[in-house]
Amino acid sequence: MTVARRPPLPVILVANDLLDGDVVFAAAQGWSRDHRDALVAHSDAAADALEAAGRAALLAQRVVDPYLVDVIEAPDGVPVPRHYRERLRTLGPSNRLDLGKQAETQRS
Amino acid sequence: MYRYDEFDERFVRQRVAQFRTQVARRLDGSLSEDEFKPLRLQNGVYLQLHAYMLRIAIPYGTLSSRQLRQLAFIGERFDRGYGHFTTRQNLQFNWPTLRDVPEILDLLADVEMHCIQTSGNCIRNVTADHFAGVARDEVEDPRPTAELIRQWSTNHPEFSFLPRKFKIAVTGAEHDRAAIKTHDIGLRLLRDPASGEIGYEVMVGGGLGRTPMIGRVIRPFLPKRDLLAYLEAIMRVYNLEGRRDNKYKARVKILVHEIGAAEFSRRVDDEFARLDGPSVAADTAELARIASYFAPPVYEDLPDDSLALDRARAADPAFDRFAAVNTTPHRAPGYVGVTVSLKPVGGAPGDATSDQMRAVADLADRYSFGEIRVSHHQNLILPHVRKDDLHALWQALAAHDLATANVGLVTDIICCPGMDYCSLATARSIPIAQSIAERFAASGREAEIGELNIKISGCINACGHHHVGHIGILGLEKSGAESYQLTLGGDATLNAAVGERLGPGLAAEDVPEAIERIVGVYLGERQPGESFIEAVRRLGLAPFKAAFQEVADAVA
Repeated sequence: MTVARRPPLPVILVANDLLDGDVVFAAAQGWSRDHRDALVAHSDAAADALEAAGRAALLAQRVVDPYLVDVIEAPDGVPVPRHYRERLRTLGPSNRLDLGKQAETQRS
Repeated sequence: MYRYDEFDERFVRQRVAQFRTQVARRLDGSLSEDEFKPLRLQNGVYLQLHAYMLRIAIPYGTLSSRQLRQLAFIGERFDRGYGHFTTRQNLQFNWPTLRDVPEILDLLADVEMHCIQTSGNCIRNVTADHFAGVARDEVEDPRPTAELIRQWSTNHPEFSFLPRKFKIAVTGAEHDRAAIKTHDIGLRLLRDPASGEIGYEVMVGGGLGRTPMIGRVIRPFLPKRDLLAYLEAIMRVYNLEGRRDNKYKARVKILVHEIGAAEFSRRVDDEFARLDGPSVAADTAELARIASYFAPPVYEDLPDDSLALDRARAADPAFDRFAAVNTTPHRAPGYVGVTVSLKPVGGAPGDATSDQMRAVADLADRYSFGEIRVSHHQNLILPHVRKDDLHALWQALAAHDLATANVGLVTDIICCPGMDYCSLATARSIPIAQSIAERFAASGREAEIGELNIKISGCINACGHHHVGHIGILGLEKSGAESYQLTLGGDATLNAAVGERLGPGLAAEDVPEAIERIVGVYLGERQPGESFIEAVRRLGLAPFKAAFQEVADAVA
């Protein structure tokens, strides 16, 4: 059996909401649609806990496709994914700033 | 337009009802994600980067105004007010929720549409020449053939779990506008010079993706009556012998490549001989029923020249440009086919808002017998427009930002959604298309450059057909950043060719300058009347490579 390689710490857990497909982040309490709420794991134990929460939510028909994403933490503590693909998932389509999370963030 | 019969109608309604229960069972936990995923994919529901995506089949790219209006409504009611027309003549909505999909499918069924076989390892939506029934170089309308194949391949029990997906394209014209040589099967209706009989030239094993290949002719002339039996024989050979051990080697092109076209053809002939052909063939009454739906509309008896058109063109240079670039000669005197460009400068290629879809539907009713086509170039076509009406149509299109006069030009870029939407993408593609279009539109040189097809894919799967772009652009990841490889000399027509790489990958911001240099070589070296691709063929890669290298060196 191959073991999926875990990204380097620190990490957050990203998934899609089962019902509406929106990108969601494991947060201190449940799941948030805003990556600023994402719980950041700085240790293997904390990352294990995130993954376990992802598996449980998958089995509970809450989310699909949960996986860990490595981040850097901005000075204000907001986790920003290192990879551009994952950064796009926290924002939305770069050609349509009126759509996706970036639009909601601007409004809030 | 084809109309569903009772079997089509019942089948599509049953599938909607079935999917509704499958969604309910997923939500209550009776189906796991692993169990549900293949079911949703069979109904066109993907999970993309930001949301679910629904891919709607538009068989052979033909739409009625009623259907387009329904798509506009769905986009507005259940999505974000727009949809994306794809290189397979389909429409994708980028933001539907899973809970809404059954209702969307019901609304599609109301207008005889569905999402069946828009995913999975089955025979996908059959595509065709978007000027079918219109083009002057046409031997026969390819749509009755495409519709026959649609019916035969829909839910075909033997071919629903193939080694890999399978794409068929049909043209009935001398010039290939359907890219048939880059499909798993390409069919070309032609007349046998000896007998005068119409039949098919059959090509197999074309495809793009990570291993681009040009289709090979395995039967120069197939009588029409043998079509389904011969297709069945091809599918059987592929289904049995196509590789299932490696997803990247599972397409029929790999099998054709490994055993050779002659051997593949021999195996198909063996299988064909074993088949009970007449029992596979559709009966003549059904063929006649299908064909009757594609009878041409009743055109007015018009002179081919339109004084009104000539006067309007002389009076308005912008309209003159549109009339020159966005129209195609029509077989009926006094009519033209009009391409409605979905490539406004700064827009996302292939995107149309619900308002625009509704406007095109209304204009189709008014000026084009209620008919619309979708081209694999991601544009819409109003196929039967009176030349006398062209000026009024142009004005109405302009009011909806749909009058961009750039068909076939450097800004008419084929482009996949890329990483702005797609979970498979390795880089973004839409911003690249936008930056190139903005650069060339700003300098006003599009008309001077003439026909030049740029095609952009955001990953190796090549939905943006980059291999067959005169200039192809492939977005990849290199050391954690987006990087773009340029190819030159690709061609999607009957002279099909796969482009060759010009050099190392470039950063996004350097791509427009590289294109500029390549175009500069053409403008400097071209002979009178010589198009870009003709010049590339004559000059070879070297001068273009040298110009490209200057850009690559400058940024290295």
